[in-house]
Amino acid sequence: MQLLEVKDIGKRFGGLQAVSGVSFGVREGTIKALIGPNGAGKTTLFNLISGFLTPDNGKILFHDRPVQGLRPFEIAARGMARTFQHIRLFPEMTSLENVMIGRHIHGKSGFLSAMLDLPRTRREDRGAREKALELMDFLGIAALAGHEATSLSYGQQRLVELARGLACEPALLLLDEPAAGLNMRETAEMASLISRIRDRGVTILIVEHDMSLVMNISDEIIVLNYGEKIADDVPLAIQKNEDVIRIYLGGDGDA
Amino acid sequence: MRSRMHLALFGLVAAVISVQQVTAYTGSEYYLTQLTMSAYYSLVIVGLCLLMGYAGQISLGHAGFFAIGGYISAFLTTHDLSPLKDSGIVVFLSKARLLSQRTDLYGGQLLTVQPWAACIVAILATVVIAYIVGGPVLRLKGHYLAMATLGFGTIIYRIAIGTTALGAADGLSDVPPFRLLPFLEVSGEMSNRVQNYYIAWGLVILAVLFSLNIIHSRIGRALRSIHGAEDAANAMGINTARYKLNTFVLSAVFASVAGVFLTHYNGGIGPSEASIMKSVRYVAIVAVGGMANLWGALVMGTLLNFLSLRGYLGTYDDAVFGGILIIIMLFVPQGLLHVDVFRGLRGLVLRRQNEKET
Amino acid sequence: MNFDLFFQYIVAGITYGTIYAVVAIGFNIIYNATGIINFAQGEFVMLGGMTAVTLLRYLPLPAAVLAAMIITMLVGGLIEILFIRWLYKPSVLRMIIITIGLSILIRETALHIWGEGVKALPYFTGTSVSSIKLGGVFISPQVLWVVGISAVMVALLNVFFNYTITGRQMRACSVNREAARLCGINAKNMVTLSFMLSAAIGALGGCIVSPITYVQYDSGTPLAIKGFTVAILGGLGNSVAAVAAGLVLGILESFSIWVMPAAYKDVISISILLLILFVRPSGLFGSKEAANLKEF
Repeated sequence: MQLLEVKDIGKRFGGLQAVSGVSFGVREGTIKALIGPNGAGKTTLFNLISGFLTPDNGKILFHDRPVQGLRPFEIAARGMARTFQHIRLFPEMTSLENVMIGRHIHGKSGFLSAMLDLPRTRREDRGAREKALELMDFLGIAALAGHEATSLSYGQQRLVELARGLACEPALLLLDEPAAGLNMRETAEMASLISRIRDRGVTILIVEHDMSLVMNISDEIIVLNYGEKIADDVPLAIQKNEDVIRIYLGGDGDA
Repeated sequence: MRSRMHLALFGLVAAVISVQQVTAYTGSEYYLTQLTMSAYYSLVIVGLCLLMGYAGQISLGHAGFFAIGGYISAFLTTHDLSPLKDSGIVVFLSKARLLSQRTDLYGGQLLTVQPWAACIVAILATVVIAYIVGGPVLRLKGHYLAMATLGFGTIIYRIAIGTTALGAADGLSDVPPFRLLPFLEVSGEMSNRVQNYYIAWGLVILAVLFSLNIIHSRIGRALRSIHGAEDAANAMGINTARYKLNTFVLSAVFASVAGVFLTHYNGGIGPSEASIMKSVRYVAIVAVGGMANLWGALVMGTLLNFLSLRGYLGTYDDAVFGGILIIIMLFVPQGLLHVDVFRGLRGLVLRRQNEKET
Repeated sequence: MNFDLFFQYIVAGITYGTIYAVVAIGFNIIYNATGIINFAQGEFVMLGGMTAVTLLRYLPLPAAVLAAMIITMLVGGLIEILFIRWLYKPSVLRMIIITIGLSILIRETALHIWGEGVKALPYFTGTSVSSIKLGGVFISPQVLWVVGISAVMVALLNVFFNYTITGRQMRACSVNREAARLCGINAKNMVTLSFMLSAAIGALGGCIVSPITYVQYDSGTPLAIKGFTVAILGGLGNSVAAVAAGLVLGILESFSIWVMPAAYKDVISISILLLILFVRPSGLFGSKEAANLKEF
C-alpha cells in the first residue's frame, strides 16, 4: 500500500520552477531513493513533503490523508520524521537530549504538569530516556550519550541525527543525504543501518548522491532533473535507463 | 540528578534564612527592605530568564507586565466605588464579598475591591494581554521582535503616565496591605518587615522551583531545542509557536505577580516601574547572569538591584546598567557565570546531570 | 475644524514627520551597510542639538551647527571603532543589546554634561512668534528651514550614493559584502563611514528642529522608536520611501490629537509600528526580501 503519494506537485520560486508535475508513491516497508544532479529539486521536494514549503499545486497524501500545506510539526505528529542535509543538531544539548527530542511527540505533559513535577511527568521522562538510549544502542552510539552533540565527529553527528529521527517512531523516515561527508567504510555502515531500519518496519525515502549506497539498498529509485521526474523504477532498470544515463554522463551514454 | 537541583534549592533557602538571621543579629534589619524589593525584581528576572535564555526570545518590554499587575491591583484597591454604591455591579460584588470598606488617609470612607480579588483580576488580565500581544509579536524575529516588545513596553508606560485615573506622573498611592492569611500580610509596615522578607523570597523560591522543573522536563528540552534550531524542532513535532507563546505568558505572569506584591509592599506604584529603563535592566541582568543560567540571573539580579536600591550606584544608576550591558555583550556574551570556572556550579543544577544518568 | 486649524495640524505633521524621516534615513544607512539596527540612532539627534546649543556660546549659528555635526560624526565613528568593528559574527541579540547599552551610556553622559533641562537653538530666522504668509496661511519660518534643509540633505545623499565613488562603494557593500571586498572595497571602513554619516545626518536633524521641539538628554529614545517605525513603514533600507513614510506618520500623529488626548500621541505611532510589523513587515513600499533581515 502506498504510504506516501505525491501527486502532480509543483513549486516555483520567482522565475525558477524548482519542481514541476512530479508524481510518485512510496510503498510501505520499502526504501525509495530520490536521485538526480545538483539543482534537480530533490531537497525542495523533501521540504514540500515534510511541510517546510507549501506546494503551488498538487497533492501529497500520507496514510491516504492530504498533508500538503500542513506545518512541519503537524506532519511530524502524523508519523513522518526527517533528517537534514546540513546536520541540524541542537547545540548546547547532549546527544542523548537531542535524541530525546525525537520522543517529544510521544509525551503528553504540558507546562503545568512540568512545573509541578508530577509523578506522571517523571515517569514519562524516564520512559523517553530509556527509549532514546535503546535507539542509540541500536545505532551503536550509546557511549556518546553524555557528550555535547555538536562536539562529536561528523559521522557520529549523522548517527545522532538518525537516532533522533528514529525516536519519533515514524512510519516514514525522510533521510536527506545521510552519507554526505562520510568515507567509504562509514557509507557502507550507513547503508547497512538503513536496511536494518527498514527491516524494523520503517518506510524510508532517501535523497542521496552516493550511487553504491543507492543501488545497494533501494527497492525503488526515482530520478529528478530540472524539477521533473525522469524515471521511477527498480535499481536495475534505472541503471539501464538511457535518459538517466544521459543526465549523469551527458551526450551519448556509454553503458 | 534531581537531587542536585534540590540541593541547590536548599542552598538558596538556607541563604535566604541566614541573611535574615544575620541582619537580626547585627541589628541591621533596615537592609531587609531593599532585600525584599530585590526579591520581587528577581521574580521578574526568573521569568525573563526562562523566556530569553531557554526559549530564546528577547523581550524589551517586560516591565510592562510588572506594571500591568501593579497598576491593576493598585487601581482596584484604591478606587472608591462609593459613588456607585447602589449600582447592580457594586451590589453584586459586595454580596460576593469582593469589596472592602476602609478609611483612607484623610478619614473618608472608601469602598474598594479586596486585594486578593484585585490580584486575581490583575493576573487574569496579564494572561489575556500576554496571549493577545504575544501571538503576533513572537512570530517576529531578531530586531523586529526587539522593537515590537520595546513598543509594547512603551505603550504601557505612556498609558500609565498619561492617564489621570492611574495617577499620571505621580502614580497611585495609599494602596492597602494584602492579607494572604490571617497572620500573613504583604505591607510595608515596619513590624512586618521580616514576614514580608520571607513572603517575597518564598515567592522567588517557588518560582525558581517551578522554573527548574520546567527546564528539566520535556518542556524545557523542547524550549532549548527551539532556541537552538527552530526548524529542526518543528520537524520533530514541536509546535514552536505555541511553546514560545506559553513561555511568554508564563514569564509575564511572574512579572505581574511581582508587580502586584511589590505594589502592596510599597503601598503604591509609579510609571517608572513601566519605563523602558526598567525593562532594559531586567534584560541586562539576565544577560550578565548568563542567559540560560537561572542561578546566575538570580544572583546578579539580587546583587545589582540591591546596590541600586540602596543608592550605592548614585546618579550613575542607569549608566551602570548600560555599561554592564555593553561590557558583557562585548567580552562575555555568554554571560559572566557561564565561564568555565563556574562550570561546576552550573553543572550542579543545569543539564549536565544527564551525563551521570547514563 | 476650520481650514486654519487643519493647516496648522498639517504643518506640524510635516515638521515632525521630516525629523522622523531624518532619523529613519540614519537607520537605513547603517542598516544597509551592516544589517545592524542602531538603537542609539536617536541619541545622535539629541547630541547634535545639545552640542550645537553649547557651541553657540562661542560660534555663530551656522558654524555651531556645522561643528556640532562634525563632533557628532566623530562620536559615531568612535562608537563604531570601539564597540562594533572588531566583533566577529555577532548574533542579532548581541548587537541589539550593545546598541541599547550605547544608547543608555550616551544618554547618561548627556545627562551629566548638560543636566535635565531642555535646550533649544534660537530660531534660524526670526523668533518664535514670527511667521511667514504662505498662500493665505501663516507658518513659522523655522518650518521652512526644517523642510528645506532636509530636502537639500536628501538630495545630497542621493548624489552621494549614486554619483560618488565612495557612495557607490557603500551601496556595493550593502548589496553583497563579499563581492565588494573582492573588488577591493574596504568593507570595514564602509561600516565606520556609515556610522559617521548617520550620526552627521541625525545631528543636523536635531539642530534644525530644536527651536521648535526643544531637546533634552532623553529626547533620543522616543525619536528612535518613531524613526524605526518610519523606516519599517517605508521598507527597511529604502530611504526615499522613508521620507514619504515620515510625512505619513507625522501627519497621522498630528491629527491624532483630534481623537485622543495628547498624552497618548506616542501610542499612535507605536501602534502603527506594531501593526506594520504584524501585517506587513516589508513596509508600504518594500519588497518581501527587505523583510528578511540582513546579516552583519
